[in-house]
Amino acid sequence: MENKKKEDNNSRRNFLKLGLLAGAGTVATGALIATGKNSGESGEKIKVLTTSGEVMEVDKNFLTQAPVGRVESHEGIPGRKFVMVIDLAKCKNARKCVEECQKGHNLPKDQEFMKVYLMQDSEKTAPYWFPKPCYHCDNPQCVSVCPVGATYKRSDGIVLIDNERCIGCKFCMTGCPYSTRVFAWKPNEEYDIDQAYSPEKSVPGVEGTVSKCDFCPDMAREGKLPYCASACPMGVIYFGDIDEDVVTNGTETFKFSELIRDRSGYRYLENLGTRPNVYYLPPVDRQFPVERGLDGLDEEITKRFDNTPYVKNLKNKEAK
Amino acid sequence: MSETVSSDKLLREFAPQIEHTGKYGKLWIGFLIVVICYGWFALYWQVSRGHIVTGMRDNVVWGVYIVNFIFFMGISYAGALISGTLHLFHAEWRKPIIRMAEFITIISLLIGPCFIMLCVGRLDRLPNLILFGRIQSPITWDVIAISTDIIGCILFLYLALLRDLGKMRDFKELKVPQWQKKMYKILALGYTGTPEQQLMLKKATDVMAGMVIAIAIIVYSVLAWIFSVTLQPGWHSTIFGPYFVIAAVYSGTGVLIVSMYFFRKVYHLENHITLQHFVNVGVIMLVLGAFFGYFTFSEYLTKWYGSEKNDEQLIQVLLKNYFNLFILSNYVGVLAPLIVVGFKKLRTINNITIAAGIVVIALWLNRYLIVVPTLETPYLPIQDDREAWLHYSATWVEWALTAAGVAMFCLLFTIGSKLIPIVQVSDLKEDPEQPGDIHLM
Repeated sequence: MENKKKEDNNSRRNFLKLGLLAGAGTVATGALIATGKNSGESGEKIKVLTTSGEVMEVDKNFLTQAPVGRVESHEGIPGRKFVMVIDLAKCKNARKCVEECQKGHNLPKDQEFMKVYLMQDSEKTAPYWFPKPCYHCDNPQCVSVCPVGATYKRSDGIVLIDNERCIGCKFCMTGCPYSTRVFAWKPNEEYDIDQAYSPEKSVPGVEGTVSKCDFCPDMAREGKLPYCASACPMGVIYFGDIDEDVVTNGTETFKFSELIRDRSGYRYLENLGTRPNVYYLPPVDRQFPVERGLDGLDEEITKRFDNTPYVKNLKNKEAK
Repeated sequence: MSETVSSDKLLREFAPQIEHTGKYGKLWIGFLIVVICYGWFALYWQVSRGHIVTGMRDNVVWGVYIVNFIFFMGISYAGALISGTLHLFHAEWRKPIIRMAEFITIISLLIGPCFIMLCVGRLDRLPNLILFGRIQSPITWDVIAISTDIIGCILFLYLALLRDLGKMRDFKELKVPQWQKKMYKILALGYTGTPEQQLMLKKATDVMAGMVIAIAIIVYSVLAWIFSVTLQPGWHSTIFGPYFVIAAVYSGTGVLIVSMYFFRKVYHLENHITLQHFVNVGVIMLVLGAFFGYFTFSEYLTKWYGSEKNDEQLIQVLLKNYFNLFILSNYVGVLAPLIVVGFKKLRTINNITIAAGIVVIALWLNRYLIVVPTLETPYLPIQDDREAWLHYSATWVEWALTAAGVAMFCLLFTIGSKLIPIVQVSDLKEDPEQPGDIHLM
C-alpha cells in the first residue's frame, strides 16, 4: 500500500516536472525573440531542455510571460498525450469549473467552453450531472471539415483553433457531434485586452470566429492543471498523460489504466467513431443526490434545466 | 444542319422590349432597387454589429442564409439540366424558352454564393479559402465546383447568345444608344453564320451542353455532402447527393414556368410561348416531383421506422413544431404539380403557373426543414435559458437580405431581357406552329 502511494506521488511529480521542462523548451526557442520588449528580467536563471535536446539557461520571467505563437502552437508539447477523466459520481454542479474556465480564458458570461448538463439517459434511469469540455478527439470531425486549416490536431492530442485564421464559416460547429464549439456572435469587451494572441491560451477572443475548450496547454507547459480541474471543489476532473498512464485532480493521483479498469470508465457516444480523449467514470456510489446540484444557483442557470424530464417531474410533485 | 432563317420582321417584333422601358417597367426597376438598398442597409447592420443581429446562435449556426444558398444554387439547374438535356435530345419546342432557362442559371449562380458569404463571420478573411485551402474540406470542393460551374454556364449561355448577338449587330433599324450597338458588335465575335462557323458553334454547344449537365450534378452533390458528411442525425444520409440534385432541378422547372408566365405577359410572347410549352415543362416538373416525393418519403420513412433515438427526436420536432411547414413542403409541394398536370382538364396556363409557384415555395421550405430542425436537435440536449439559443427564428436582417437576393434576381433578369431578346430570335420561325406533345428523343 505504502509502496503504491509512493509510486503515485512520484509519477505525479514527474508529470508536473516534465510538463515544465518540455514547455519551457518550446517557449525558449519559439518566443524569446517575440518578447524582447519584456525586459523585466528577474535575474533568476532556469535550465531548460530545448526541443533539439540542448540545455539552455533562460530567465524565469520569459517562461511565464511569453505565449506560444500561432506557428509554434501547431506542434504539440513533445512526448505528451493528454487525457482527461471526469468522475460523474462526484459532480454536484458546483459550476466552479465553468466559472474558472471563463475567467482564465477571458470569456464573456454568455460563452462557456466547459458546460454542465443535467443528463438522464432514459425515463427510468437516474439523472446525473455531466460536465462537458472539448473531447479532443483522435478522429476529429471539426478538423476534417475546416476549409482553411484554422483548427488542427497536435502531436500531444490537443485540438486547437487559430482565431487569427478562422473565417467563421461554422462548418466545424455542425461537424462536432458534441456541441462543443462556441461562436463569438458580437464584439465583447472581454476580448479587448492588451495581450499577444496565442492559440494555446485562446486569449484574446476574436469576434466572428469559433472557439472552444483548449485543454489549457499553456498551463501544462507551466506544470499546472487546466483551470477546470484545479477549480473543482469535488475533484471531479482528472487531467494527465495517457502514455505516462497517470492522471491527477491535484490531490489524488491515479494510474489512468487502473482507474478506467476499476471504475468502468467509458467515452461518451463511442459509436460515433470520433475517438475522444475524455473519459467518464459512471455515476455510481454517488457522493451527493442529484438535486443538490440545483441548490444555490442563479435563476438563469436553474432555468436551463426546466425543460429536462427530471426537473419537470420534480415540479409536478411539488405542485401536488 | 440548317439554321432557321429569321427575317428582320421577327427582330422588329422584339425590338420594342429592348428599345423602350415603359412607365411600369421603370417603376418595377425602381422598386427592385429600393429593396436591394434595404438589403445593403441590413448588410451594413450585420457587419457593424456582428452576427448577433441575426437569429443564428451556437446551436443553429446556419439559418435562412444557407437555405437561400441551397435554394438559388438549386434553381440554377433550370438552365444547366433543362436546357442542356433538351439541347442534346434536340427537343424542338425548347427553343423559345431556353434563353430564359439559361438566364435563370447564370443569375442564380451569381446570387447563391453571396448568401454563403453572409454566413461567414469574417468576410475580411475570405482570401484564406484560397491562401490556406484544404482539399479535405467539402467547402473547398464547393469553392472549386461552383467556380467551375459559373464559368461553364457562362460559356454555354454565351455560345447560345452568339447568333442573336450577330443578328442584333446587323439589324440597322434598332434604336439603341451607340454603346449598346458597339457592345453587340464586340460580343458577336464576327459571327456571320457561314457554314464553317455554324459547324463550329454546333460542336462547341454540344460539348458544353454535356459538360454543363455533368458539372451541375457534381456541384449539387458536393453541396449535399457538406451536410451529409457530418454526423448530425438529420443530415448523415447516403441519399442526400441524388436527393439534392432532384430537388434542385425540380425547383428549377418551377422557377422556369413562373418566369415564362411573366415574360409572356409583359413582352406579349403569346405567339411563341403557348399552352403546350407550359404543359411540356409541366410534365417534366411532374416527373421530377414524383422523384422528389419518392426521395423525401424514403428519407423520412427509414428515419421514422428505425426510430433511432436522435432520428426519433428530429421527427418529433418536425411533426410538432414544424407540422404546417412539413405538410406544405413535403405533401402539397409534391401533390400540386401531380394533380394539376396529371389531369388534362386542369392543364391551363394559370393552373400550371400556380402549381409551379407552390413548388418553388415548397422547395425553399424543404431546405429550411433540412437545415434548421436538425441543428435544433443535436446529440446533447440544448440546455439553455436563452430563448434564441433554443429555437431559431430569422430576424429582419436575414429577411431583408433574402428579399434583396430575390430582388437582385428579378433585376438582373429584367436587365438581361433589355439587352438581348428573351427568346432566341435566330431559332424562331416567322409563323410559329403549335409545338408537338412532349417527346424528348
